[in-house]
Amino acid sequence: MSILVDSKTRLAVQGITGREGEFHTRQMQAYGTNVVAGVTPGKGGSWVAGIPVFDTMHEAVKATEANTSIVYVPARFAPDAILEAADAGIKVIVCITEGIPVLDMIKVRTHLDCMDARLIGPNCPGIITPGEAKVGIMPGHIHTPGPVGLVSRSGTLTYEVVHALTENGLGQSTAIGIGGDPIIGTDFIEVLALFEEDPQTEQIVLIGEIGGTDEQRAAEFIKLHMRKPVTAFIAGQTAPPGKRMGHAGAIIEGGEGTAAEKMAAFEQVGVRVARHPGEIAQMAAELA
Amino acid sequence: MKLHEYQSKRIFAQYDVPIPQGDVATTPEQVRQIAARLGRRVVVKSQVLVGGRGKAGGIRLADDPDEAEQIAGQILGMKIKGMMVKKVLVDEAADISKEIYLGIVIDRAKRRPVMMASAEGGVEIEEVARVTPERIVKITIDPFLGLQPYQGRELAFGIGLPKEKVREFVKIAQGLFRAFVECDASLAEINPLVVTGEGKLLAVDGKMLLDDNGLFRHFELAEMRDADEETPEEQEARRHGLSYVKLDGEIGCMVNGAGLAMATMDIIKLYGGEPANFLDIGGGAQADKVAAALRIILSDPNVKGVLFNIFGGITRCDEVAKGILEALNEVPTEVPMVARLVGTNEEEGRQILAEAEMTTAATLAEAAQKAVAAARGE
Repeated sequence: MSILVDSKTRLAVQGITGREGEFHTRQMQAYGTNVVAGVTPGKGGSWVAGIPVFDTMHEAVKATEANTSIVYVPARFAPDAILEAADAGIKVIVCITEGIPVLDMIKVRTHLDCMDARLIGPNCPGIITPGEAKVGIMPGHIHTPGPVGLVSRSGTLTYEVVHALTENGLGQSTAIGIGGDPIIGTDFIEVLALFEEDPQTEQIVLIGEIGGTDEQRAAEFIKLHMRKPVTAFIAGQTAPPGKRMGHAGAIIEGGEGTAAEKMAAFEQVGVRVARHPGEIAQMAAELA
Repeated sequence: MKLHEYQSKRIFAQYDVPIPQGDVATTPEQVRQIAARLGRRVVVKSQVLVGGRGKAGGIRLADDPDEAEQIAGQILGMKIKGMMVKKVLVDEAADISKEIYLGIVIDRAKRRPVMMASAEGGVEIEEVARVTPERIVKITIDPFLGLQPYQGRELAFGIGLPKEKVREFVKIAQGLFRAFVECDASLAEINPLVVTGEGKLLAVDGKMLLDDNGLFRHFELAEMRDADEETPEEQEARRHGLSYVKLDGEIGCMVNGAGLAMATMDIIKLYGGEPANFLDIGGGAQADKVAAALRIILSDPNVKGVLFNIFGGITRCDEVAKGILEALNEVPTEVPMVARLVGTNEEEGRQILAEAEMTTAATLAEAAQKAVAAARGE
């Protein structure tokens, strides 16, 4: 078992004819992901990496029974692509794109909340269920199947931690990057709830960062609803207030969203907090 | 992106928000002319992208054009929190009987814009929130419906505005919200919104922050960017597609990915050093981009050591290693460097750096300890 993506995933790639889209389609295929369709408006009827390309998501879903999509579309067109996927009946939509305006994401998220579709991201590395399906841009080979569920706001920092987990003999059930933007489709709490229900997942690693209060709410959720152990790490302990640290959402505003308050929130509910990335895998290994 | 007060207020005025008459000047002579044209008492306001202008002496009243010119001579060229004053706004001085706060921000937890009003205008809203949070009235705005009139009334009555001012206030609140949405703002604030002696509402000060990601559809707003918002190094980084924030420490760092870059800064601190910067070279960084990043790091005279932390996925370690050597050829330096490359093509990358006799490390913890020691000359 795992969450959100697995061997039954039938993936449509939105923006498959772009450089990124095509490159990562081949990477995902090489990992074993069942890529069934590509969509680029106006390129319907062509083929990329042996995959049929359609003009619209509706056509793609009708012809291939795709149930999951990944969006490699530029920021100004990405909200439209997400809404198109949801309208076509896609249940899990992963948006890699960085740079979508916040007000657009507020509308997209508000609309998706009334539909039976889950968005992961935007501005995220995607989801991987090791050995089954990779729907994202992460290096597949560092992952290995196992009991740790991993959820993170980051990209390469997640790879760093996965790499260390694998080296410590701890595989992953599913690893999810939820994205570094202020407004995202799926937050920590929703992923924690999925991991709590997943029989393969025995413990969870959560990687947060400065900005917003998602981690504080996650701590509250853990206290009330989680039986599986969680190990946390918060990036940005040395970040100055008022400065955006790369991710659009990584900013301490009005004195809120500091690493210190997030770490304290986790410690208060008994979640162990690592001081640096290398320590996460050690702490997780002690729980195994 | 930050807008100046005069830019924010001019935008607000396009959305039916009343603002004082006035104009912008860059010389004392221009200030005199504007003051003469207004023909009454004026306020000369420094236009810099930092708070605390009033306390620093950057906002002063003048009774006549002579005095306005003289004051402008003192304000223009002064430094406020390190920012040089290059422009002043000359506004007619308002006759203030009451000061109100009105602002909009994005509430990330609610995923909605939130409008706030307070009868405690003229001071920073964060201060009001800390000391007397009950004095702030908040309403959450539906992104599809926008600000409804009843919500504006809730704010107006909530802050105890006299009922004859409510209609005018609601119009201003709705205008401010339209400005917020149509400019892709992340903050729009009128502070203070004053009730004048004649009983009119007037936006005496204004502030806007724009979402950089929305600027592609606002060419005219993007043009308003004041280069002083960023340091020259930050501007240089932006030109190369790098994300860079200067800090005060002595260990420069170059990392791929924002989260990993923050974690790298943190581990430097954990092992007794202080990071000199945040720098994310992004995914798939090519040699020339790495070289530009290294030049920017080394341009900081405080830097006593440099730590490279690359987790190769899309980014190839050998490309990064080549970039480091390319940059070192261009910018010879005595600053010690420690490199930690893991992932795609790590062997090739390490070999390239070993030939250049650079210190390498296998783990992030080891790299940080070595960088801190090297910066101390150990």
